[in-house]
Amino acid sequence: MSDDLDDLKDMMNAATPRPDPARRAENIALAQKNFEILQGSRDGARPTSNRPSEGLWIGVKNMLNTLTSRAGLTASTAIVAVGLVAFTPIGDTLLRPGQIAERDLTQAPVVVPVVDQPQEQIATALGRTETADLDTSGRLQALTEAAPAGEAEFASDSISTLPAPASPPRAKMAAPADNSVMGGIVAEPMPPMELPNTEEFANADSNPVHIVSEDPVSTFSIDVDTASYAVIRNSLTNGYLPNTDAIRIEEMVNYFPYAYPTPDAGAAFRPTVSITQTPWNADTQLVQIGIQGAVPDVADRPPLNLVFLIDTSGSMNSPDKLPLLKQSFRLMLGQLRPEDQVAIVTYAGSAGQVLAPTPAGERVTILAALDNLGAGGSTAGQAGLQQAYATAAAMAKEGDVSRVILATDGDFNVGLSDPEALKDYIADKRETGTYLSVLGFGRGNLDDATMQTLAQNGNGQAAYIDTLSEAQKVLVDQLGGALFPIANDVKIQVEFNPAQVAEYRLIGYETRRLRREDFNNDKVDAGDIGAGHQVTALYEVTPVGSPAQLSDPLRYGAAETADSSTDELGFLRLRYKAPGSDTSQLIETPISADTTRSEAGFATAIAGFGQLLRGSDYLGDWSYDDAIALANATKGDDPFGYRAEAIQLMRLAASLSQN
Amino acid sequence: MKTSDDTLALAAAGGDASAFSNLLERQYDRLFRLCFRLTGTQADAEDLTQDICAALPAKLRSYRGDAAITTWLYRLCVNAAHDRRRRAATHARAASGWGDWEVNRRAADGETAEAVDWLMQAMRALPDDLRDTLALVLDDMTHAQAGEILNVSEGTISWRISQAKKQLAQMRKEDTP
Repeated sequence: MSDDLDDLKDMMNAATPRPDPARRAENIALAQKNFEILQGSRDGARPTSNRPSEGLWIGVKNMLNTLTSRAGLTASTAIVAVGLVAFTPIGDTLLRPGQIAERDLTQAPVVVPVVDQPQEQIATALGRTETADLDTSGRLQALTEAAPAGEAEFASDSISTLPAPASPPRAKMAAPADNSVMGGIVAEPMPPMELPNTEEFANADSNPVHIVSEDPVSTFSIDVDTASYAVIRNSLTNGYLPNTDAIRIEEMVNYFPYAYPTPDAGAAFRPTVSITQTPWNADTQLVQIGIQGAVPDVADRPPLNLVFLIDTSGSMNSPDKLPLLKQSFRLMLGQLRPEDQVAIVTYAGSAGQVLAPTPAGERVTILAALDNLGAGGSTAGQAGLQQAYATAAAMAKEGDVSRVILATDGDFNVGLSDPEALKDYIADKRETGTYLSVLGFGRGNLDDATMQTLAQNGNGQAAYIDTLSEAQKVLVDQLGGALFPIANDVKIQVEFNPAQVAEYRLIGYETRRLRREDFNNDKVDAGDIGAGHQVTALYEVTPVGSPAQLSDPLRYGAAETADSSTDELGFLRLRYKAPGSDTSQLIETPISADTTRSEAGFATAIAGFGQLLRGSDYLGDWSYDDAIALANATKGDDPFGYRAEAIQLMRLAASLSQN
Repeated sequence: MKTSDDTLALAAAGGDASAFSNLLERQYDRLFRLCFRLTGTQADAEDLTQDICAALPAKLRSYRGDAAITTWLYRLCVNAAHDRRRRAATHARAASGWGDWEVNRRAADGETAEAVDWLMQAMRALPDDLRDTLALVLDDMTHAQAGEILNVSEGTISWRISQAKKQLAQMRKEDTP
């Protein structure tokens, strides 16, 4: 090797700095954390202790207990607490501010000042795009050459010979997003996780096949959440297949609007049953149960009392969290009427009310309060929740609908002294008429299990907001459903006719199973339907005598008692309570073989997609390509583009699954 | 006796957590050094190393011991640097205009105060492929190894080195009046 290269090498060695010890420790910790997570997913056993297990299912009450059983949550809290001790001091207090400070000195000039810019000044800055741009890229060269200001032309010439500026100053990304002018920047692919990934998802093993002669009755609670679909979309668009525990098929199916017939006047909702051929198995059929909630006239709706409970802990400090949240609420504000009341409570370290109850008409006041929110500190979830409920109680007037909307990245750890008590507390408040909805933001420590539990106990909806267009869907297009309950504790029970159906399998709803006797027990809580909500459930059924039957008939089987005089496949029973009522009403309808409709196709494609992502055993060689073809064929009228997006996700998943 | 890095890497690829942390402890500084040479600033190098650390566990699963782990890691590093540059270019387009002139000017002053070494600036002024090649060769990689990492022939590496030297010499001449 030549001498001048050796010279270069010496110079280079002299110029190379030592790695920053704090960053080094943090990066290594991150890698180790990811390593552990990866091992967990490979073995199929995630190290989370609040994943429900089969044996403990005793009705929805206990379902929730399983999700957050004292032992389970205590243990998981302990794990998270260890994580907090290990990572948060670096992550929240040391690292993040440190990182920003470091960037301020070196290369990311904009973060703090621009955040504080009033909008007009930003507009002015926009007008200066060219100047600013030139200066950004050119400053390197400018200082090398010590070019005087007058030689701007020279500097700009040199820019073309420069390599691309080495790094997107990430802090800079936060600045435009914070001012939230467009969703595009928010949706920009994030650099790999900055904090240890501590996501937890609620799920159970896929529903098995049931033999009708042994177990003819299937009971479950409806579920209008859509969080799972958004989480899956977020994973796929970031280039990795979602964690199988994050996939709840019913939430994927329920994400999409279907053309179900609307309820008769006066009825809260209307069930529709249809039977179609199963795309992935020629010898079975799919029973689709669709429920369309009524849409009450918007003008007649009661005044709303909304308490935004906003997580402003340090972990919310990334573009897809707090800034997206502010922008989302801004969108929602446009949908409220002047007589609605809005209050904002934050929790970070200590809980505090940042906006006293204000009529929604005073937009300027509310927006100013939103804009002033900043992320920092750790999370005091329980104190925040108590304060939010207290605020809601103070706002409540006769006839109003009160709702606490919790917006968080799921970091609900500090202050969660007794998970059982917190859950009971939310359930109590539900009885007093204050509901709770949960909006999840960002990835990295999304505690999906806690979110689910809170929303299920609070009679609310859990949604995950990853982009501004998702905020548009949840908080603008479907706001009525999110805020106005039309039927509470909606339970579905299907009894299959053993003369017609040999086996059945409920697709999805694993976390929503109920015991048979819970159906008629009005004390047992279940899901709620909001204005205009739709719920879809799919059963795959194997007709008697079909070659697809998985179980052999018993040699010493019980005497055949089935009534073969009817061609009904089964009987659907629905129970619900009108809002404010304690006693349930019953709707019954037979499922007969001649009910077919065309709308079934897309829900089927999505259910198949979900099962592919979960690695289901029941699909045979049905593949992503089949799902894409089916979805394309049944896309139909897609006014919001949701379905087209789903097909795109299927294509992504198909490519990713080949790796 | 010290276990070889390659053995550690294979164990880590097989799921051994202590092997993984051991390997990372040993290799982190080398990785950082290369990241610094590929990016040219400490902050970028820290970020790039973080990217690599975040993705490493998943990537490592595909490590089969075909190449030495150092070579393999360097390739990972170079690819990550490429990704990052692409993102930077995209982001620079998307975010252009958000800067504030005054703020930028002050930041530029700050950077001057940091007195960035001539060599680093010169390196940054080199085209990407030359810079990557030079960074690897300056890191004691042979031309053959560098070729393996960058997926080009040994001859290409030698040619790039001579190009890089030429360009650096040219820049030095321009800088020294």
